[in-house]
Amino acid sequence: MLAVENIVKRYGDHLALDGVSITVPPGKVFGLLGPNGAGKTTLIRIITRITAPDSGRVMLNEKPMTDDDVVQMGYLPEERGLYKKMKVGEQALYLAQLKGMGKQEATKRLKEWFERWEMGSWWNKKVEELSKGMAQKVQFVTTVLHRPKLLILDEPFSGFDPINADLIRTEILRLRDEGVTVMLSTHNMGSVEELCEHIALIDHSHVVLNGSVKEVRKRFSDCTYAVEFKGSHVAFADALAYHGELLDHVEEDGNCTARVRLLHGSTLNQVLAATLPSVQILGVREEVPGMHDIFIRAVGENTPATVPAGFTE
Amino acid sequence: MGKIKLIIWREFITRVRKPSFLIMTILGPLLLIGGISLVVYLGMQETGIQNVVVIDKAHLLTNKLHPSDDIKFYYEPDDISDSVFKASPYTTMVEVNPLILENNTIQVFYKDLPSLSVQNYISREIEKVIEAEKLRVNHVDPATYQRIKTALKVQLFDIDKAGKRSYDQAKAGIGFAFGYLIFIFIFLYGVQVMRGVMEEKQNRVVEVLVSSVKPFQLMMGKIVGIAMVGLTQFLLWIALSVVLGTIGLSFAKDKISASALQEAGPQVTTQLKAQLEQSGASGDQENPNEELGVMLDILHELPIAAILGLFLFYFLCGYLLYSSLFAAVGSAVDAETDTQQFMLPITIPLMLGLFIAQTAVYNPDGPAVFWFSIIPFTSPVVMMVRIATGNAFDHLGELFLSMGLLIATFLFATWFAGRIYRTGILMYGKKVTWKELGKWLFYKG
Repeated sequence: MLAVENIVKRYGDHLALDGVSITVPPGKVFGLLGPNGAGKTTLIRIITRITAPDSGRVMLNEKPMTDDDVVQMGYLPEERGLYKKMKVGEQALYLAQLKGMGKQEATKRLKEWFERWEMGSWWNKKVEELSKGMAQKVQFVTTVLHRPKLLILDEPFSGFDPINADLIRTEILRLRDEGVTVMLSTHNMGSVEELCEHIALIDHSHVVLNGSVKEVRKRFSDCTYAVEFKGSHVAFADALAYHGELLDHVEEDGNCTARVRLLHGSTLNQVLAATLPSVQILGVREEVPGMHDIFIRAVGENTPATVPAGFTE
Repeated sequence: MGKIKLIIWREFITRVRKPSFLIMTILGPLLLIGGISLVVYLGMQETGIQNVVVIDKAHLLTNKLHPSDDIKFYYEPDDISDSVFKASPYTTMVEVNPLILENNTIQVFYKDLPSLSVQNYISREIEKVIEAEKLRVNHVDPATYQRIKTALKVQLFDIDKAGKRSYDQAKAGIGFAFGYLIFIFIFLYGVQVMRGVMEEKQNRVVEVLVSSVKPFQLMMGKIVGIAMVGLTQFLLWIALSVVLGTIGLSFAKDKISASALQEAGPQVTTQLKAQLEQSGASGDQENPNEELGVMLDILHELPIAAILGLFLFYFLCGYLLYSSLFAAVGSAVDAETDTQQFMLPITIPLMLGLFIAQTAVYNPDGPAVFWFSIIPFTSPVVMMVRIATGNAFDHLGELFLSMGLLIATFLFATWFAGRIYRTGILMYGKKVTWKELGKWLFYKG
């Protein structure tokens, strides 16, 4: 669907993106992650053709993207808003027409959306009369109204209460099921795990992590297993010997759950074989790191987030 | 192109629909005409009855001065002390020294400074009496004196204009009025452009918009849309002013002709005859018919179509030049308070243009006027004066140079502003400096 190839973007002395390449598969939700100031917004602005890269190119469906492609995209920026003094319906129509929709078609679809989300009575209200959450809903509708093939959402859940955040989440998944490719930039790792099939992590102007969520989590798994057994944890630890390291354990209802990290290229089988005589194994499962941990490990706890002044992310 | 039309339309309609637009459209001409009427009315009003006491030490004036409705004369042969004057109901004290025939000097003491017209009235009355006295002393027949007395009239002719009388100053005044309109328009609507840009930036709606349209389209759409608001308001003002003016004029005409008839009466015909005999070399009195003729002459001589056409040109180009700069300023700042440092370099040339245009009314051929009518930042205001006097048509090369430069500059300014704009609108929370703006020019975007 979308391929970003070797993008370089420089603002004066500041190198915002340095040879960034990512591929967004069609019909999936793609997570664009990274600390503040890493270059995410710059990358999104290049994809949405708001700014041009110094070098590199953006491909849409295997063709270099052109200005006409902006109608195929829906973009919800992190810094977003509406004209406060303009009426909701009129404004939504205006934004839809700017995306190349005819007035009648836009009115029809807007009415459908407004009915579905029970916003019908807002049509003639000024935006300043709406609450922040209500305005955000209007904003989301205007982003997707022209049925974009590529939807780019920057922190889409900010400003929503949990109920409306769920509404948006459901909507994103529905759109994905209809074949829309979604690029999601967020700091909320929970929603990344929930929604994204693929991610790319940008740090200090470079892509530091790229691939499907499953694959990435596997890559970051450090062979840690949770072993549940009946018996003494001391006996278990003794039996582990050099095959694994006991990280910690929890005892509950006479059962013990121990977290074990494999050592020296040992396998899970060897651990089990070594401990079976001492305790009664009840279950084993691999401990896969969450996106939160992966983010922190990939970015590194000590890297100072250098946010160039003026660039919001 | 369709998108830019949409933007223009939104900018136009949201402003025109505001109640403030309607109020300004109605109030504008009312305020203008009301203001002019007020000034005229106040100018005609006197500050109440003036009681003028004349200390007639020369014994020439007593009971010879004609009082008017508002000015009464009283006479004293000798000095009255200051304290007596202060306590008296007299408002003004005129001291006429015994040697007045030689030194032609009087001293006027006042409690409240008498208005210019009162001063003129007093001095004119005294002059008449002194003059009559001098004629008597020198045994000159007043009729002879009237014939000899010469009030020289200077009629100016431009040799290039087939010996027609020229009214450059009056025409320059008209040109200045046009220039002033341009100045006001640029200022009012340029600031509106700046506000509009800032509003979009503060609302954070701008990033949503530029994902659909190019920043340059957004900027130009706003500038053109607001220009249309201004033109609409202008046309409505003109239409309203014409209507109100016609009503006012017909009303005024009735009054004037009525009072004129009352005063003049049968004398008019004899006076006219006398003037014909003297073949124009009449005395003090200006012939009102002649004045009207001059006005008609001026109107006739002004190349109205060319002036209006060029007015529209300088008006639009000047506006485009300045409003794009205003847009750049609006995009670079976060809040109105930050606009000051960038506004100054824009307002100074604009003000300068107005000052130069003012001097151009008296000296349309001066070097300052020449240069500032060529320099694009001041030419829209200054050149209007040269156009109205016809000077610009005598130097067509200069006119075309000025127009060409203005077009080139506004093209450059919109390009320049566009580059600052597209970076500025996406920049938040940064104190912008001149150096920073310079850098933005070279970002690739």
